[in-house]
Amino acid sequence: MSERRVQLEVLRYNPETDREPRFQPYEVPFRDDWVVLDALNHVKENLDPTLSYRWSCHMAVCGSCGMMINGEPKLACKAFLRNYEGTIRVEPLRHFPVERDLVTVIDDFVAKLARVKPWLMPKEAPGSGEYRQTPAQLKRYKQFTLCINCMLCYAACPEYGLIPQYLGPAAIALAHRWNRDSRDGGRDARQEEIASKEGAWECSFVGACSEVCPEHVDPAGAIQQVKIESTVDWYQAHLMPWLNK
Amino acid sequence: MARSNKPIVWGPFAAGGTLTAFLTPVLVLLTLLAAFGYAPQVLSYESMRALAAHWVVKAAFVAVIGLSLWSAAHRLRITLYDLGVRADTLVATVLYAATLACTGAAIYYLLKI
Amino acid sequence: MSRKPYVRPITSEWIFRHPRYVRYMVREFSCLFIGGWTALMVWGLKQLAEGPAAWAAFLELLKSPASILFQLLTLAFATYHSVTWFNLTPKALPLQLGEEFVPDRVIAGAHYAGWAVVSFVILALAV
Repeated sequence: MSERRVQLEVLRYNPETDREPRFQPYEVPFRDDWVVLDALNHVKENLDPTLSYRWSCHMAVCGSCGMMINGEPKLACKAFLRNYEGTIRVEPLRHFPVERDLVTVIDDFVAKLARVKPWLMPKEAPGSGEYRQTPAQLKRYKQFTLCINCMLCYAACPEYGLIPQYLGPAAIALAHRWNRDSRDGGRDARQEEIASKEGAWECSFVGACSEVCPEHVDPAGAIQQVKIESTVDWYQAHLMPWLNK
Repeated sequence: MARSNKPIVWGPFAAGGTLTAFLTPVLVLLTLLAAFGYAPQVLSYESMRALAAHWVVKAAFVAVIGLSLWSAAHRLRITLYDLGVRADTLVATVLYAATLACTGAAIYYLLKI
Repeated sequence: MSRKPYVRPITSEWIFRHPRYVRYMVREFSCLFIGGWTALMVWGLKQLAEGPAAWAAFLELLKSPASILFQLLTLAFATYHSVTWFNLTPKALPLQLGEEFVPDRVIAGAHYAGWAVVSFVILALAV
């Protein structure tokens, strides 16, 4: 196989010396089965050890290597070089502050994720033995469990860019995942966050989050379901007081 | 965080969006037919007056007009924000007020028929 | 080592960054035409209430070139709104029967069928 070469343009930012980011070109030889992450590793190992980026598993499971590749949020480990023509522009995930080079500051997402309480809050105190769940009850929420917290959806969502307080796609989808779990009784507590002004209501159903999700989760669907359920809640609470205990 | 009162404005938006999805194209087709001279029978003065005289039809007109306008106003509010207009409270007040005024006018004219 | 995260500015160029955002904006702009056309119908009610001459003037107004152009655009945008609305309905209202979810295309298809029936009935009654 003849050696092919690819031109990369990688965003560089050194907080100690740079006032703002700049693009640095690299030329990398590559094999047919290489992904953008392989090219970055080649740069770091052979051309420029100062390049910073996050990665871990190289198999689309850890969710660390999300970045903008030619303007699209992608996992660098899933973006095959052979699918691109010309220079490939690599930038840190959009909408997040740049810590250094391709490394972003993700504190905002991590804090929001914790706020929606994405864990099991049992409906009943655990008795002896396991919680039982039918295959249908499992299927009800299963797709939302596939989220790997890679934040591509946040980089794709214009509303998150415009409204930084917005909880965002993954956090709401994960709250919805637990709300749909037959073992869980924590919906009331989560509603305080996801039905708040900064929750699902900031979504305008662009649908980009679901389009870019590398695990084919549908956060956009989850958010609309949250809106509908929260609307039913509201009208029941305010217009049908006899339903309130 | 407290739960938001957004359902007040979002509920009619969702209802209006569904209503316009089913109804608006065919209704526009009717006015277009009239515009091209193939005036449908129903658009003659006598049949429109007879139609609009019935209270069920009046109620249906008000519902369709009100919800269509509301969903359009709500969407425009979001779009203006997307385009960089940050005065959301002002935009929302003006658009929803215009919707209510327009719907009120429709009720007024229908009651005169 | 001091931290100094760089915050990239947000500009309106996001709309043109990918076709999906342009499609979204086209969908959202349908509101101008649907809203405008509905307001035109309120004007029609006023003319209807005022009598035969006013109603005839309204029908004439519908025939002006500008209004025909507006109505054609409204038809196009309203149809686009319907298509996007029905295609997204299965995401907002998923239906699980037994273990399996009803496929999106079945839910959307049922809405398309309903849309066709409603349109046909209204046309048949009106013409």
